[in-house]
Amino acid sequence: MQQPILLARLSRRGLFQGLATLAFCEAAFADEAAAISFDGLYKSFGVLGFQFSDRATSLRGQEVRMLGYMAPPLKPESHFFVLTREPLAICPFCQSDADWPVDIVVVFMKAVTPMVSAGQKVAVSGRLEIGSAIDAETGFVSQIRLVDASFHVA
Amino acid sequence: MRAQKWLMTILATGLAGATPALSQTIYPINRAEILEGSRFDFKVEFPNAPTSADVKVTINGKPAADIFGKPTAFTQNEEGQKHSALWLRGATLPAGNYVVEATQGANKATVKWEVFATAQPRRAKNVILFIGDGMSVAHRTAARIMSKGWEEGRFNGELAIDDMPNMALISTSGSDSIVTDSANSAHAYTTGHKSCVNALGVYCAKNALTLDHPKVETISEVIKRRSKMTIGVVTNAEIEDATPAAMVAHTRRRSDYNDIVKMFYDVKPDVIMGGGSPNFLPKTTPGSKRTDDLDFIAQFKAAGYTIATTKTEMNAAAASGTKKLLGLYNTSNVDGAFDLRLAKKGSVAKFPDQPDVAEQTRAAIDMLKSNEDGFFLMVESGRIDKYSHSLDWERAVFDTIMLDNAVKIAKDFAGERNDTLIIVVPDHTHAVSLVGTYDDERPGQLLRDKLGTYADSKAPNYGPLDADGYPTNVNTSRRLAVVFGTYPDTCDTGRPFMDGERVPALKSADGKTNVANEADCTGPLATRKAGNLPFDANSGVHSGDDGILTAMGPGAEKFRGHKPNTYVFRVMAEALALGGE
Repeated sequence: MQQPILLARLSRRGLFQGLATLAFCEAAFADEAAAISFDGLYKSFGVLGFQFSDRATSLRGQEVRMLGYMAPPLKPESHFFVLTREPLAICPFCQSDADWPVDIVVVFMKAVTPMVSAGQKVAVSGRLEIGSAIDAETGFVSQIRLVDASFHVA
Repeated sequence: MRAQKWLMTILATGLAGATPALSQTIYPINRAEILEGSRFDFKVEFPNAPTSADVKVTINGKPAADIFGKPTAFTQNEEGQKHSALWLRGATLPAGNYVVEATQGANKATVKWEVFATAQPRRAKNVILFIGDGMSVAHRTAARIMSKGWEEGRFNGELAIDDMPNMALISTSGSDSIVTDSANSAHAYTTGHKSCVNALGVYCAKNALTLDHPKVETISEVIKRRSKMTIGVVTNAEIEDATPAAMVAHTRRRSDYNDIVKMFYDVKPDVIMGGGSPNFLPKTTPGSKRTDDLDFIAQFKAAGYTIATTKTEMNAAAASGTKKLLGLYNTSNVDGAFDLRLAKKGSVAKFPDQPDVAEQTRAAIDMLKSNEDGFFLMVESGRIDKYSHSLDWERAVFDTIMLDNAVKIAKDFAGERNDTLIIVVPDHTHAVSLVGTYDDERPGQLLRDKLGTYADSKAPNYGPLDADGYPTNVNTSRRLAVVFGTYPDTCDTGRPFMDGERVPALKSADGKTNVANEADCTGPLATRKAGNLPFDANSGVHSGDDGILTAMGPGAEKFRGHKPNTYVFRVMAEALALGGE
């Protein structure tokens, strides 16, 4: 949540002060990814498919930040996990009578990483990929991914 | 003492020799009841990969191929595994009793089958099978109190599901386990065979691929092969989920959703309704869960189906005389009655115009009933089970009331016709029980202080009923106390979950154990409970308790006493006279 605070401070500052700090801030923002929410990913969401929002489409291939919940991971340490809008009551990896929500985001990490409890809210940064893909290793199908990602507990 | 020890050694050795691990396995299994003329795959597996010269298979003393009138095929080292297999796919038999013997060296395995005929003339024009997934006695009792009211020991009305002339206890075990799952249990209703957990329309053999296991015909396939009856499959779960899938599917693994959609397309039930649209969409469509480019929305349209994605579209289709409908109302499960009516949580905001099971049933009957050859309709209230897994009993009981409303519509249709067999049955049960009422006025600070038992189990003060028999408020000061016998580590609140379906436990960081959902652990009456299930369980589990079946119409009189779940198939097949070539 640092980025909005920075922005708010900037807007209250005088022009000169703002300009003076701009060079510094630009450098800082280059590393800061654009935040996008689960709701912000879609323009429409229907039974027969959804449409990505213009913002999601424009952020394709760029570094973004997302807040969500870590779904029950397949393994305690993994290079990927599933990010969900709400905490999951079920573990689709472990139960054959459970299925994934349709609006999941699959997170592929830079490296194998220890997972956190499935109840935890996490902030993920990674490069946004859009479009159907099938993971060669797991066969997992996804429409939206964050790749080369990292996360921290939110 | 010594003699006794010697005897025990002999007994132990004898028992070890009888273990099935290294004996021949015959499918269909022992005591199978097979509808005359129905298709099934005959398979015998021989351990240690013998050659065909080393084995012999007879049926009633004759070579199997002679009895079937078709050649069998033998494969040594099937799929490179350490067994050999003898196959005949698509076998049929005339009515009679059969003894199948598979001999391998000195070992002989024997199974017996009963192939049953069905008497003519056909007694029922229509069959409507209602499945309350996981519906247990406490769900019914709580639904009756909530929906009909209770005063001085009597109910102020009867549920439609109770008010039927015939009743039986149904046991639901599978061939592999006492407590089974919804795939295998629904399979018993739609095929008449006992199979194993996760299996649909197949026996569980050693085949590596889920679609290769020995198949048995589903009632939809028998009906389509033999008659001009129409078929409806209606659920509020995903249409690929176990119970509706059992109408059409043949797979060892119920989660083969993409294959199951194709199986729906192959069988083509006339009316198909539920959730689970993503597996119909080609992978290029955002929101798809398919791994290929097949577009089953387009394929069903091309096959003459109207597509409905809302209640409004469903009703419009039914009103306009549509006979073939694919109704998909949610990407996941259709929201249950508690969220559609009271809480408005779940995905109600995203999908504001979803039909409930009663509305689906009305539309389905409207579309199917004009067929002069009759119809077979399976209706599932699927989330009684799902909400019982999440220990959210109010939602489960609301969906029991919803099932009751659906059954009432079917009974109104059947009326005085006396040509429609209606069956209401769970596929398995949950460990759920009604033990009293929670009363906020009782003294004390703990949830258990608020529990009134025996003389203190006063009637709940739920809000007035709406037009469909649902209480308009359940978050009141005196509430039913419904408890679950199985649970992970969790926190009880003693109140309905108005902010969305209960999440009893969450996976811990190690990925193996489950821990209580702390969101429920901080309220005024919140009570922490140590789980009584294995640590990998994150929700309640099914029970092996019998379920209660009620029925009416031609054939229903056969339901009495205690019956295995496979008997439901047999009664339906007999009522429709589905036997014979």
